[in-house]
Amino acid sequence: MNSIKKEVIIIGGGPAGLAAAVRLYEQGVRDLLIVEREKTLGGILRQCIHDGFGLTRFKEVLSGPEYAQRFIAEVERLNIPYVLDTTVLAVTSDRQVTAVSRNGLVTWEAKAVVLTMGCRERTRGALGIPGERPASVFTAGVAQAYINLYNTMVGKNVIILGSGDIGMIMARRLTLEGANVKAVLEILPYPSGLPRNIEQCLNDYHIPLYLSHTITDIHGRSLLTGVTVSRVDERLQPIPGTEKAYECDTLILSVGLIPENELSLGAGVELDARTRGASVDEHYQTGVAGVFAAGNVLHVHDSVDFVSLEAEKLADAVARYVRTGSLPKCDIKITTSPEIGYTVPQSISGTQDVQLSLRVKRPFRNCSVEVVQEGATVGSVKLKKAVPAEMVKVPIAWQQLRTTRDLEVRLQC
Amino acid sequence: MASKYDVLVIGAGVVGSAIARELARYELKIGVLEKNLDVCYGTSGRNSGVIHGGFVYDIGSRKAECCVEGVLEFDKVAKELDIPFKRTGKVLVGNTEEDYKNLEKTIAIGKINGCIGLEMVHKQQLHEMLPAVVGEFAMFSPMSGIVDPFQYTIALAENAKVNGADFYFNHEVASIRRQNDNTYTIITTLGEFDTKWIINSAGLGAVKISEMIGISGYKLVGKKGDYIILDQKVGHLLPMPVYPVPINTDMGVHMGTHLTPTIDGNVIVGPTGDAVDDLHYYGVSQGNMDYLAESASILWPHIHKSDYIRNYSGIMPAWLNGENEMKDFIIEARTQAPHTINLIGIESPGLTAALPVARRAVKLLAERETLRPNNRFDPNRKGIVRFAAQSDAEKARLIAANPDYGEIVCRCEKVTKAEILQAVHNPLGVDTMTGIKYRTRAMMGRCQGGYCQMRIAQIIREELCKDVTEVLYARNGSNLFVGKVRE
Repeated sequence: MNSIKKEVIIIGGGPAGLAAAVRLYEQGVRDLLIVEREKTLGGILRQCIHDGFGLTRFKEVLSGPEYAQRFIAEVERLNIPYVLDTTVLAVTSDRQVTAVSRNGLVTWEAKAVVLTMGCRERTRGALGIPGERPASVFTAGVAQAYINLYNTMVGKNVIILGSGDIGMIMARRLTLEGANVKAVLEILPYPSGLPRNIEQCLNDYHIPLYLSHTITDIHGRSLLTGVTVSRVDERLQPIPGTEKAYECDTLILSVGLIPENELSLGAGVELDARTRGASVDEHYQTGVAGVFAAGNVLHVHDSVDFVSLEAEKLADAVARYVRTGSLPKCDIKITTSPEIGYTVPQSISGTQDVQLSLRVKRPFRNCSVEVVQEGATVGSVKLKKAVPAEMVKVPIAWQQLRTTRDLEVRLQC
Repeated sequence: MASKYDVLVIGAGVVGSAIARELARYELKIGVLEKNLDVCYGTSGRNSGVIHGGFVYDIGSRKAECCVEGVLEFDKVAKELDIPFKRTGKVLVGNTEEDYKNLEKTIAIGKINGCIGLEMVHKQQLHEMLPAVVGEFAMFSPMSGIVDPFQYTIALAENAKVNGADFYFNHEVASIRRQNDNTYTIITTLGEFDTKWIINSAGLGAVKISEMIGISGYKLVGKKGDYIILDQKVGHLLPMPVYPVPINTDMGVHMGTHLTPTIDGNVIVGPTGDAVDDLHYYGVSQGNMDYLAESASILWPHIHKSDYIRNYSGIMPAWLNGENEMKDFIIEARTQAPHTINLIGIESPGLTAALPVARRAVKLLAERETLRPNNRFDPNRKGIVRFAAQSDAEKARLIAANPDYGEIVCRCEKVTKAEILQAVHNPLGVDTMTGIKYRTRAMMGRCQGGYCQMRIAQIIREELCKDVTEVLYARNGSNLFVGKVRE
């Protein structure tokens, strides 16, 4: 099979891929192609018909499709090439991208490959929830697609496990469509989603949120008939004797997102066990030369604005890489103290300013995140409160760095 | 008016489907009554998917005889039915002196049973064969293999169907009336059927059917096993099934928690072994999942919760005699119940032994009835060509001939629209979501349908002109949707 040469192949036409494409084009990279498996561009935003998108970036309240449309319109206006209904089957470490569509198989040979495949939802099976396996146990995104894209109503009496943002948004959506959302259960002692969603999606509709609770049994042979809910202790283990039965015909799971890195692994990209995304340097380059990643395939974001902004930074680096064939080496590793979940990027060059994205592992009040090199603070940010649901950004000015020794990110309270 | 048959088979598990296929070699009007909406919904679809060697069954037993016959012929069967089968071999791994003696005993029994090639392998050899496995030595059975139980049962049933057998799903037998001429009327939840012969292969329901045809006294106990399925990522660490040394229990030989690769590269951990009275409860317990991970990790320390993709359980219908001893397969034609063949206690190794069991059942019938061969019988069946299993050149050819092969519906398992469409229009007329799943593997991957299930539900609706409320997940009453969001 002959391969077609391209400067840049972007895998995935969601917000990260679209933002990267537009910025690459603006930077003068014209020989690029967005490869999208769906019938339209936009990624997961197509089904996110609620508002709240774009506050940081556009200072406007947009729905998901509106947000996507801003970028799609740019892609169309600039005539940036894309293919739809085309699924990438494999990426190699020498940047060959093989895809399939109704037209057949095609292989592109790219100078740079941009991984923007997004993430998938953690499932019941991945969580290992015990019980029977009736119909009507859905992940939140699947229920959202059924309702918003396929005009199909999934149930009437609903329990939601997990206080992730999509779960809370679905609590509101289902309520608005006439379903009775009986409860949202969260195993942790604090919510997983954003505070604004607790207000606007649960409290406004009097939907109770039970923290430190989880589902310990699922009932129903054909269709879901109910669940058993238990309180959990500090070690997140169910406390015997606290079981409570709920009747319901639908269970929605909002229990986490997993970056979808099967293609990345095939290309030899090493993942960071903490993010389950690639380990990248400040150029968003993975361990495989010329393969870059941004957006939810890299680490799960709290807001789409940060996805598109991150993808634009990636695009700047990719443009430079395509022009010059290389990028400054990033030998300064970033380690984290136990309170910090992870950082992205995981290494920097020390030759330019960077902004670290990170999350704390549990809620903190009145603290500061500090980046330390050999005892000296080289970047910090003060926070009134820090919660795992919200990403924290910490700028590091390169002039502050004195050596090429590793950095450690710490939390000071 | 009741439909008239020469033979009605009750139960479309792997054995019932095999019987229907073997009966189709003769000029007979054959029907299969199944209470579920597809084949393979009971024990047949809920096991380890291992084609067994035959070394743990009592010498001279039907289990031993049928199992060895089954394992030896399986290459031919897989070829005829166009199903994937891998003769992977299998090991029973031991550590103690007692284990060693037990394995030597197992080899001795196996040899008498007719197993081929059983041998002890020592630590070094074991390590070379299976670097990811922990143990001092093992018994190796080169003939053992793995199969997809869904594909196998579906293939048998489809082959029976194209050779003339009728399948009736959603037809649960409510009662059976024997007529004066010793023929039968079977009353089901969806109508009546007249038949001369009844073959009871109802698996977990076999005692109930047995009593309906006038043979009482059997007692079933459920041997329930919970399983965990692991991601294909770890599949390369397990090229063949790995078992501990079997232990004798009052429930018969328990094979212990083992690890089995699937045809598609996943790893199955299980089963547990609980005796249960409820033969319909398929729930998996937290305690059992924890036990599985812990006990299997001793043999194969690569079980991480982050690789879990699903769990399931199966129940095997074992029958106990008056002394509560686990007994052999029953395949019988009793004079007290003329024109019936009664199958009881077809548990493991029922998957391996399905065709041998079927042939014995058909033989009993042939000894009592003049049968004429069906000259049009074709033992060969073609399955759905799977895109993911093809070379790039073949993939390109498939798409050129049918562009639907270029449209990936299931992202994880790379199942194309062409395959989904063939599955939706399957020869047996099954129209559930799980029917598509078992025929194509769509929704079986690590995202468990997160990407494709909406598309598949939509394709079912469009292709079969179903109302939104008519899409079923697996069973009656498992309607996926309560209606439209907006009219």
